[in-house]
Amino acid sequence: MNRELKRVSIVALLMFAALFVSTTIIQYFSAESLAADPRNSRTLYASYSVERGPILVDGTPVALSQPSDDDYKFLRVYPNGPLYAAVTGYIPVNGEATGLESSLNDYLSGQASSQFFDKINRLISGQDPMGASVDIAIDPVAQQAAWDALGDYQGAVVVTEPATGRILAMVTKPTFDPNTLVSHNTEEVQVTYEGLLADPGKPLFNRATGGDMNPPGSVFKLVVTAAALESGRYTPESTFPNPGTLTLPGTDSVVINSGGGTCGDGSTVTLATALRLSCNIPFAELGMELGDDAIREQAEKFGFNHEFEIPTATEPSVYPRGLDEPQTALSAFGQYTVRATPLQMAVVSAAIANGGIVMNPNLVDGITAPDFAPLQEFEPSEFGRAISEDTARTMTEMMTNGVEDGAASNARIDGVSVAGKTGTAENGEDDPYTLWFTGFAPADNPQYAITVLVEDGGGLGQEGYGNLIAAPIAKQVLEAVLNK
Amino acid sequence: MSDTDATGRISTSSPVTPPAPTATPPDGMRRIRMPQRLRNLEFWLLLMACFINASAIVLVQLGALGRIDTQLVLLGAGLSVLVFGLHIVMRFVARDADPFLLPIATVLNGLGIAQIYRIDIAFGDSGWESASVRQIAWSAIAIIAAIGTMLLIRNHRVLFRYTYLSGLIAIVLLLLPLVPGLGQEINGARVWISFGSFATFQPGEIAKIALAVFFAGYLVRNRDSLSMVGTKFLGMRFPRARDLGPLLIVWALSMAVIVFQRDLGTALLYFGLFLVMLYVATSRLSWVVLGLSLFLAGALIASQTLDYVHARFENWLVPFSDARYDADPGGSYQLVQGLFGLANGGLIGTGWGRGSPDITPVPQSDYIIASLGEELGLAGLFAIFALYVLLVARGFRIGFAGQDDFGKLLGVGLAFVVALQVFIVVGGVTRVIPLTGLTTPFLAAGGSSLIANWIIVALLLRLSDTVRNHPRLVIDG
Repeated sequence: MNRELKRVSIVALLMFAALFVSTTIIQYFSAESLAADPRNSRTLYASYSVERGPILVDGTPVALSQPSDDDYKFLRVYPNGPLYAAVTGYIPVNGEATGLESSLNDYLSGQASSQFFDKINRLISGQDPMGASVDIAIDPVAQQAAWDALGDYQGAVVVTEPATGRILAMVTKPTFDPNTLVSHNTEEVQVTYEGLLADPGKPLFNRATGGDMNPPGSVFKLVVTAAALESGRYTPESTFPNPGTLTLPGTDSVVINSGGGTCGDGSTVTLATALRLSCNIPFAELGMELGDDAIREQAEKFGFNHEFEIPTATEPSVYPRGLDEPQTALSAFGQYTVRATPLQMAVVSAAIANGGIVMNPNLVDGITAPDFAPLQEFEPSEFGRAISEDTARTMTEMMTNGVEDGAASNARIDGVSVAGKTGTAENGEDDPYTLWFTGFAPADNPQYAITVLVEDGGGLGQEGYGNLIAAPIAKQVLEAVLNK
Repeated sequence: MSDTDATGRISTSSPVTPPAPTATPPDGMRRIRMPQRLRNLEFWLLLMACFINASAIVLVQLGALGRIDTQLVLLGAGLSVLVFGLHIVMRFVARDADPFLLPIATVLNGLGIAQIYRIDIAFGDSGWESASVRQIAWSAIAIIAAIGTMLLIRNHRVLFRYTYLSGLIAIVLLLLPLVPGLGQEINGARVWISFGSFATFQPGEIAKIALAVFFAGYLVRNRDSLSMVGTKFLGMRFPRARDLGPLLIVWALSMAVIVFQRDLGTALLYFGLFLVMLYVATSRLSWVVLGLSLFLAGALIASQTLDYVHARFENWLVPFSDARYDADPGGSYQLVQGLFGLANGGLIGTGWGRGSPDITPVPQSDYIIASLGEELGLAGLFAIFALYVLLVARGFRIGFAGQDDFGKLLGVGLAFVVALQVFIVVGGVTRVIPLTGLTTPFLAAGGSSLIANWIIVALLLRLSDTVRNHPRLVIDG
């Protein structure tokens, strides 16, 4: 009987060995990945038990933690909630964080590996743990101006600094008050959240970096123009046939210029004029000559099909693959399935303003530990060169003409030369247009690159157009920041 | 492998079982023996165990409340009095019993109470509503039951006489929850009986003791016909059809438990217990192979045909899929939250009162091991597992050193049932096997489980006393 007993005790031992191994795997080897699971509310609780660091704009907090008397110990407060909602995001007690609250959670909650020694230090010296503070690049003047200028339109405004990629303003509307989503009354928060989800205006979308992505329409002509000039086969004076309508090869689809008719007078039209007046037919022709591969290559050099992290993750703008000729023609003036975010278009303008070099867009200037030691500085970083300096100079000139004497005339500012391009993109046959403006100022010494997106036709259905609604918004914001 | 055991003391080939010692040796004999060396060791270990338990409650209060509340400490002290009562009883009726069993059971019981108390604080329960106060009351009843067992059963051979009665009791206990009006369904499993609003009771826990007694008795009586006769097939000796009877009956019983009481864990426990005892008694591996294949086949069919079994398997295999996580009822939410809790504990735990074990459903009963793992860490769990290993090892020791086959078999059965239960419930929580609802012995909140396990301890103590009592065998304490 004892031989069997010995075997059974080995089985029992193996059963316990399995438990030793399984708990070790869970508590040691996969502890980190389990903690990173977004459904893990314990991680959230842990991040609440420390005083979360503030998010600062020019030294003024736009998100901070205040002591509260309940289990969570601290309440997150957003002093100017709706204005900065697109930037800060929010960190609810019972859900997933968004915005910088999510992407910089490690630092804000004091859990980042670079804060390890600070944490130990505080533990030994008996101080309460505290998160790092985050200085962001947002310029309060630009942010407020963008907020005011966008008014009640559904859309977004992004302002960046061309030389560095710093994001100076990021506004999206309609928006929400993050304070209502971080209350410790989780039932109330749930009701608010569901209300926001059900709102047809989709206030939870950050339209500056994602949301229901829009076709860029004519602002995409900047990318196609860049591709043409970079190919070396075209100059601004290159000419294209100038018919009143263009039937796409192999289809019944007819392309017309906005407003109908030809693009200016004459049987041919130059690239410069086509861009200045924003005509569709010459660009359809140019697009077919370039081919979709050349356009995609240029678009990707500007950052299309790439997910910028600012450091919050953004939606990549899309230039699709495998287009046939008529599809390529449509894509050349930003239609078909081309999609862009205002952030992406701001990157395009900023690259042109910056002599062709694309800077990675970025919201954060620096992160400072509670003891004021800098934890991380955000140096401007290059994404790459999109176009040559010559091309950049040429395009600046063409865009300046577009504002001074072209389709983007409503962005004109007295005493300052503005470079810009408008867009009026079609969505569905009867759907309201999407209105765009992208550009920078001053054209000769670019300080600010701006992109304005207005969805839903600015409330005018198919009557609104970029120069009517989007360009004046850009003008108002640029005036505010230039007059600082 | 030789026929001698690990220590080489006993040869299994000796066909004659030595007669069991009489219930109590004459008084004259007791006096000449050594002073109560084992009991003195037990006394000090017990003192340590009670100190650990009191510290645990104080630590919970400091961690979760930030102050010390003497009420619960006093209640805990009452329990200490009871375990010392058991200790004193043993000085009279089981002076040579194993000195480790009682302290181990005491520490496990105390750690369980501390963790349950910590969850009560998180839930804001206090007084008679709180699980910890009820657990202390149940512990008192359980220890008294153990003392009663000690006093009532002076010689385990008595149980041999009641082999078939035990079998009958086991089946009646198992069927009780199915009686209309008496049975109650909790969390989808119909394994409870209720006495009005006063208390619910899980008779299946007690049934496992009755089953162990029945198996031991039955197998000792019939081992020869079971092990000697049979047809050889594929190099293994398979039993005759008529000897298959008991195997098939127990198998059918287990399957009935799965189907009618929706309780996979209990079925697995009973069947595992039966197979191990059968193997030890008959040394026929073919039985085990046959039994395991039968059970696996049954479980496989159940997983295909019974929705709740199928869900358990899915939860086990892909707990993190959104579909399983969000499924309600029967999703993997509990399992995943338990894993999050364990991960939150890490190597050294958050400390009592500093974790969030209350996020996980039923953190004080089925999931107490996840709660302990979160707040005491991997280090704490290893210590708890080590205590179980020690407890089980002491039980197996009785099997090795026992004088009679019935006692050996019963000792192994009882020790193995504790090991298997720990494996099934902890293995379920940590994804070694599909999750089934069982209580963690001594730790989890629940009266029936406590009573059953304390009676098991009493029986093991009684068995170990018989082993040591035998003059031929002196085992170092």
